[in-house]
Amino acid sequence: MSAIATGAEGFLHRFDGLRQRLPGARLAWVQALREAAAESFRAQGFPTRRLEAWKYTDLRLVADAGFEEALSVVDAEFALPPAHSRWRAVFQDGRLREDLSTLEEAPFAAASLAAGLSTLEGRLGALARPAEQALVALNTALFEDGLVVTVPAGVAGGVLELVSLASPGERPAAFHPRHLIRLEAGASLTLIETATGPAGTRYLHNPVYEIELAEGATLTHARLQQEGSAAFQLGTAYARVAAGATYDNFTLNAGGKLVRNEIHVVLEGPKAACHMNGAQLLRDGQHADTTTVLDHAAPDCASRQTYKTVLSGRSRGVFQGKIHVHQVAQRTDGYQMNQALLLSPEAEIDSKPQLEIYADDVKCSHGATVGEIDADQLFYLRARGIPEAQARSMLVEAFLTEAVEGVQDAVAREALQAAVTGWWEKAA
Amino acid sequence: MLKIEGLTAEVDGKPILKGIDLEVPAGEIHAIMGPNGSGKSTLSYVLSGREGYEITGGSVSFNGVDLLALEPEERAAAGLFLAFQYPVELPGVGNALFLRTALNAVRRGKGEPELDAMQFLKLARERMKALSMPEDMLKRGVNVGFSGGEKKRNEVLQMALLRPKLAILDETDSGLDIDALKIVADGVNALRAPDFSALVITHYQRLLDYIVPDKVHVLMGGRIVQSGGPELAHQLEASGYASVKAA
Repeated sequence: MSAIATGAEGFLHRFDGLRQRLPGARLAWVQALREAAAESFRAQGFPTRRLEAWKYTDLRLVADAGFEEALSVVDAEFALPPAHSRWRAVFQDGRLREDLSTLEEAPFAAASLAAGLSTLEGRLGALARPAEQALVALNTALFEDGLVVTVPAGVAGGVLELVSLASPGERPAAFHPRHLIRLEAGASLTLIETATGPAGTRYLHNPVYEIELAEGATLTHARLQQEGSAAFQLGTAYARVAAGATYDNFTLNAGGKLVRNEIHVVLEGPKAACHMNGAQLLRDGQHADTTTVLDHAAPDCASRQTYKTVLSGRSRGVFQGKIHVHQVAQRTDGYQMNQALLLSPEAEIDSKPQLEIYADDVKCSHGATVGEIDADQLFYLRARGIPEAQARSMLVEAFLTEAVEGVQDAVAREALQAAVTGWWEKAA
Repeated sequence: MLKIEGLTAEVDGKPILKGIDLEVPAGEIHAIMGPNGSGKSTLSYVLSGREGYEITGGSVSFNGVDLLALEPEERAAAGLFLAFQYPVELPGVGNALFLRTALNAVRRGKGEPELDAMQFLKLARERMKALSMPEDMLKRGVNVGFSGGEKKRNEVLQMALLRPKLAILDETDSGLDIDALKIVADGVNALRAPDFSALVITHYQRLLDYIVPDKVHVLMGGRIVQSGGPELAHQLEASGYASVKAA
């Protein structure tokens, strides 16, 4: 019996064993991409807290878990989350389950990345930066599948769902899907993503998104992270937003043991806009980290970020938000707010806003608040006859509702609101 | 209805109420007047059960029940209502949801059936019309972006919906123009009934022109120093609180 190697070595060992069997093994450019990424991961190793970007999130639990290849139980029965759309792509352990997906006759093209890999040279890897991000390097070396979506110019794509399921199992599994989303000029799409998995099963979900929005395109990207209670999700999204286009991201971090939601957005054409909002709902023992890196690289762009975290028990939340306003980005309008509600004296929130401004005509503000439930508000509700527990619920839900209300797309907003309400009802 | 005997209370170890004796029979409206710092707001908070006030002595009986032993929500269910001097803003809590939740909590307490959304809306619209409140106030967050007058009207709306046995109005007149004052007073007067009492706490006599009290009490230095009929309010208006001190 051979011991399973842990840490970076474990993953590299698996890469060595799998490299001839991974999708694209016969495509030279894929092989080169994977080899370079593996080399980069070897050089970087798992991020440690010595790195500024990982100061508050310790990945030792992940590095030491000793993951194996995801061995999907293909006939496993899953309780699929309620549908929000006709079109949905269902992934099991990072691989598309065609039998559970409905993608035909959609106004957009959506298909398996593994199946269409030969057509993706130059597109796969256009935005991701494995040399700088160890987990992205890991994803690049080991991805097996993903979703490739293209919405043609001028087309209103409607709602597409992306469902990620994890198989139950004794041995920790890791999967690294790579999703490529491209909206051509003037196109629109609402992408609602739900990630779930069995409670108590330890697995790593390490997705990478490469999102390209051409001029005037609008993408609403709602992510409902409801992974199993022992899961790790470390996701990295890269978005490039052209002139007049809008990227509207809302990430709900409600599940998982240790979660990081990292988003890199570049506003690269005039009047591009970006909303990055989110809510983190944390129970005892959970750790959730939202890290945003926003580049205002063109004039007249607007960005809005509001993140809200509710922490109970011994949980820990992290928000790191960097805004880089380039010299050319005159008349930038940027706003960032991070608010935390602590329901327990043992909970902890770390907040690190970072503004780097090189243009001189800029409106850019940020703020952070940390607090408990407001005693005056609580008394006001109780004085009207509302029992204390119910009054507390109302105030927590109100705190979160404010974040969800900013989501423009009604279908996405309702899905998020239902998830928030559901989380709290279970917690209360 | 309400019987306060020898009530003493402290805030941060500092005595504020120094022995209050007061009885409000059913069907009567009593006014409590007094200068700033006399303990008026402390009395209203102690009666409604706010944290941060230490009761050091005395008793309060509300329809035979030991009021001080109840949680704030139990006091509300028992029929006590405090109209806040500074109504609290609740961003993210819709006014309609808030009003319905409160109404149903109190109805549950009384053993009455809860109202569904439609029944509630019908009732709320009726009551709002009587208070000249625009209907869109139901859709907004509780007191969020409300003017001073709108906040006070929202308090009276809550009172009109919850139909308490005893209403405590804590300086409800502050910050109101004369039209809003009349609307608020009409709201209180509409509730007048043999089983409804009110304790109107105010600094000025003005409100008492519209809500005519059965009795007026003067609170100074944590004690009721004088009691009388409605004419006492006029005397105070003419000669000020200093005249009471001298007496």
